[in-house]
Amino acid sequence: MITITNLNKSYKKNHVLRDINLELPQSGIVALLGPNGSGKTTLLKCFLGMVLADSGDLVFDGRSVLGQYEYRAKVSYLSQIARFPENLTARELISLMKEIKPGETREANFIKVFNLEKELDKKMGSLSGGTRQKVNITLALMHDDPLIILDEPSTGLDPLSLQELKKFILKERERGKLILITTHILSLAEDLADDILFLLEGDIYFNGSLKDLLNDQGENNLENAIAHILRSTKEYSHA
Amino acid sequence: MLKILKYSFYEMIRSRWVFIYTGFYLLATIALLLLSNDLSKVLISMTNITLILTPLIGILFGTIYYYNSKEFIQLLMAQALSRWSIFSGMYAGMVIALCLSILLGIGLPFVFYGIMVSPDLPIFLLLITMGCALSIIFSLIAFLIAMKFDDKVKGLSISIFVWLFFAIVYDGIFLLLLLGLKDYPLDKLTISMLVLNPIDLSRILILMKLDMSAMMGYTGAVLSKFLGKETGIIVVSTSLLFWILLPLWRLFSIGQKKDL
Repeated sequence: MITITNLNKSYKKNHVLRDINLELPQSGIVALLGPNGSGKTTLLKCFLGMVLADSGDLVFDGRSVLGQYEYRAKVSYLSQIARFPENLTARELISLMKEIKPGETREANFIKVFNLEKELDKKMGSLSGGTRQKVNITLALMHDDPLIILDEPSTGLDPLSLQELKKFILKERERGKLILITTHILSLAEDLADDILFLLEGDIYFNGSLKDLLNDQGENNLENAIAHILRSTKEYSHA
Repeated sequence: MLKILKYSFYEMIRSRWVFIYTGFYLLATIALLLLSNDLSKVLISMTNITLILTPLIGILFGTIYYYNSKEFIQLLMAQALSRWSIFSGMYAGMVIALCLSILLGIGLPFVFYGIMVSPDLPIFLLLITMGCALSIIFSLIAFLIAMKFDDKVKGLSISIFVWLFFAIVYDGIFLLLLLGLKDYPLDKLTISMLVLNPIDLSRILILMKLDMSAMMGYTGAVLSKFLGKETGIIVVSTSLLFWILLPLWRLFSIGQKKDL
């Protein structure tokens, strides 16, 4: 579904993405992992056209999407920071999203699951961080798109809501969608992901199934496997 | 663009600061109208207030609004919308709210006072138009500054400096130049320096309409002669248009390349 070729991005002298070559499957859950500053969010933003790549190509559904925006009609994106115009209400933001992308929506489901009904007419500025994240998720996932990109979806969510979100993600996988998740909560990645994409200093360090990663590192869980990678690269760079 | 404009406008008109801004204009205009029976004098006082306050509020609101909307812009950027429709929609919604503040805050008291049947009507209309034009220009400049500098403190400092330059420092340089070059014919220099500063341009246009050029000596006579002619009107309108179109074009070109 997504093919990335020789993708490079620098912020001044900081080379954030180094010649990324990547092919993502048509469906399944891919966890995009890596330490802070490894380029996870930049990679996602490059794909969405928020950040402009220095070189390389991005292909989605068989078409190059560089400089295009129409393809985003098929993408649901959850941003990392849930900050919205303070004087608008959640209901108005939902209406805006509906106006931008007409068609069938399923916000009612999220409003019910996240218990948002009472919060819908309050100004966004008066909502708590967790509630804002729930609105963020509702806005991002209310359309039925074949590609879902979630940047740190668990931020600020209570355990119950996180469980509901997990259920939703798994259901979407069953429906044949591709779901890309970045997260620092490794247990979340372990519970959900079919494949792991591990970025380190702008490079792809590992791209394969969760099982392969555990076997490669000789560990029994994802947290230990990631710690193993980070420790060995640290030792290598010190040597 | 219109969809984004609509919600950006809703956001602005509910802002406490827009209320305060409109309220200030309302109070100032009503107070001046009650204190003086001479409409011309009230118009001059309001001109002085508007020419200082409108660019300041335009540039401050613009900068802060952009920084506060950064994450929202990212959310919009993930939709099937062009960069231009996002930036222009956000900007237009904001600036329409600011212009509405001027229309209500300054316009309403004057209308109730009977300006529509007064001979000073053209000056009043010019004041309102210039207030809106300055809001448009300075909030556009604010957007450009905020887009160029990701650091909030830096962006705000530069915005304040730009306002300070056009509202105060520019006139100082202008005066020094006129004094230093007083032995030479200065009409061309005066006119060209005038059209390079939208605040000065607005001020002179209003003062000319008020027939105050006699108080401005030789320069006033030159300006009155120049601005009274067709070419003068064309130069002034082109210059104001240029002050809007050039930043608008920059908004487009920076918007195309901006990493969010």
